[in-house]
Amino acid sequence: MAVVFKAPKALCDVPMHYCPGCTHGIAHRLVAEAIDELEIEGRTVGVSPVGCAYNNYLYFNCDMVQAAHGRAPAVATGIKRSLPDNIVFTYQGDGDLAAIGTAEIVHAATRGENITVIFINNTIYGMTSGQMAPTTLLGQVTTTTPYGRDAKLNGYPVRVCEMLSKLEGPAYIERVSLHDVKHVRKAKAAVKKAFQVQIAKKGFSLVEILSTCPTNWGLNPVEALKRIEKEMIPHYPLGVFVDTELEV
Amino acid sequence: MGQKLLMKGNEVIAEAAIRAGCRHYFGYPITPQTEIAHYMAKKLPKIGGVFLQAESEVAAINMVYGAASTGKRVMTSSSSPGISLKMEGVSYIAGAQLPAVLVNIMRGGPGLGGIQPSQSDYFQATKGGGHGDYRMIVLAPSSVQELYELTIDAFNLADKYRIMSMILGDGVLGQMMEVVEFRDEEKVETYDKSWAACGHDNKREHNVVTSIHIDPAVLEQWNINLQNKYQTISGNEQRYELYNCENAEIILVAYGSVARICKGAIKEAKEQGINLGLMRPITLWPFPTEGFEKIIDIPCAFLTVEMSSGQMVEDVKLTVNGRKPVYFTGRMGGMIPTVKNIMDKVMEIREKHR
Repeated sequence: MAVVFKAPKALCDVPMHYCPGCTHGIAHRLVAEAIDELEIEGRTVGVSPVGCAYNNYLYFNCDMVQAAHGRAPAVATGIKRSLPDNIVFTYQGDGDLAAIGTAEIVHAATRGENITVIFINNTIYGMTSGQMAPTTLLGQVTTTTPYGRDAKLNGYPVRVCEMLSKLEGPAYIERVSLHDVKHVRKAKAAVKKAFQVQIAKKGFSLVEILSTCPTNWGLNPVEALKRIEKEMIPHYPLGVFVDTELEV
Repeated sequence: MGQKLLMKGNEVIAEAAIRAGCRHYFGYPITPQTEIAHYMAKKLPKIGGVFLQAESEVAAINMVYGAASTGKRVMTSSSSPGISLKMEGVSYIAGAQLPAVLVNIMRGGPGLGGIQPSQSDYFQATKGGGHGDYRMIVLAPSSVQELYELTIDAFNLADKYRIMSMILGDGVLGQMMEVVEFRDEEKVETYDKSWAACGHDNKREHNVVTSIHIDPAVLEQWNINLQNKYQTISGNEQRYELYNCENAEIILVAYGSVARICKGAIKEAKEQGINLGLMRPITLWPFPTEGFEKIIDIPCAFLTVEMSSGQMVEDVKLTVNGRKPVYFTGRMGGMIPTVKNIMDKVMEIREKHR
């Protein structure tokens, strides 16, 4: 019988620690499939974040470097400038990338640093048990916004793709979602394209992936997927924000 | 030896780093060390290296972390307030056991302080600064020639022990011009870096560079291994200079540019018929306790001189451990101790021990 579906080679055969219904596992798989299909595992170095995915160095089969909170783009810059022919990616959550690591992501983007950033937006801090993230939606209840996020008190949710797309450095920026199969397939294409942009040495690429956190949202996995579609996408519209290939 | 040049201290650090095989420098401007960055920006691109001005000291030290993870020789430099910002990365580099070189050309603090020379970051350099149980090798040059020698050594020691080496200088050393003699051929030592994350090329298991170990038993063992390494370094790498100690009535203890002022005081004292000696620590960590054992019986007292409120003097007291009186004199805020400051304190001590 022909094998039509198998575990990606770029993922280690170990159990993952993520909660039931969390979409980190899908996002990991998409990254690993891209690495497999592009046959780059041997020359890829990944950078792990601080947050729920802190130990994804156990899951990705390529060489991995664990970074301090928010500093992954700076660490990746150090790696890429040392190994310009290797493929370097970071995998970061919204607290890591859009709060404590804002300076690092903005400057890596504006330098056109030839790295790929996988950005997981689930509108909450998962690892530290459900605090407000820079991406938390207005009115959203978290452990540090127990009465709902109030713009007067906490400001407004950050749209990372829109913000970075104003810079000249990025070569490719797209926002995708994992809330159903159709969108997972689109997300896969975006992740693969981001790596292709890097392989072609076109510059900075980032894919924002709208993801779930059923545990800290207080929803079951099915409800959590629905929340992406109903509440997140209206604030975080999907689509391509930068693609220098399409520019005339 | 080879070529003799008249050069500024900061530029000699940069030139020495290049001679040591450093091809990656990440930094952020701050007085009084920025000439290191200027020199690297000019030279590195011409020899296939990378100079990158980071968006902050925090980013610069994390770029160092990344480059060191790939096994490349890498350096960053800053001055006191900037070094405080780098401390997060310093702790991670210690935790992940990465070799790298950090230069601190100290200026007066606390806070933004001033831009004149100081030695008030001794505690930060030798006792921690970042979080966790870690150490750096801290080298304290006292001349431009020694900036060259110790920068080369800093890279070799970093690779040998997988540790961060710090060159701890001050604004005097960074800014002054002196003759430096470079070797025609550098002794660049190479060490195994099979641990590096540089792509496994499908030929080995994946390498992981990390400082996190969630299981406390694993983290404890990791710490025990670190402490064993630090003990080995302490046993192997203590360095110091003993000057005129044989019949010294009082032995001065000073490092860096202050040690040179102390040599001036020793000369001045000799003219007055007073015999002073100097113990000059070259490694501030590991602190040269072995050197003190050689001279402990000689003087009636030790006098530590620093451009601080008295930081190294605590290590001197720990080492002397009550066997002799230990005194201190110093200046702060960018003011440099004079021979007269030292001689006044010497006279005061002689009065007490008459």
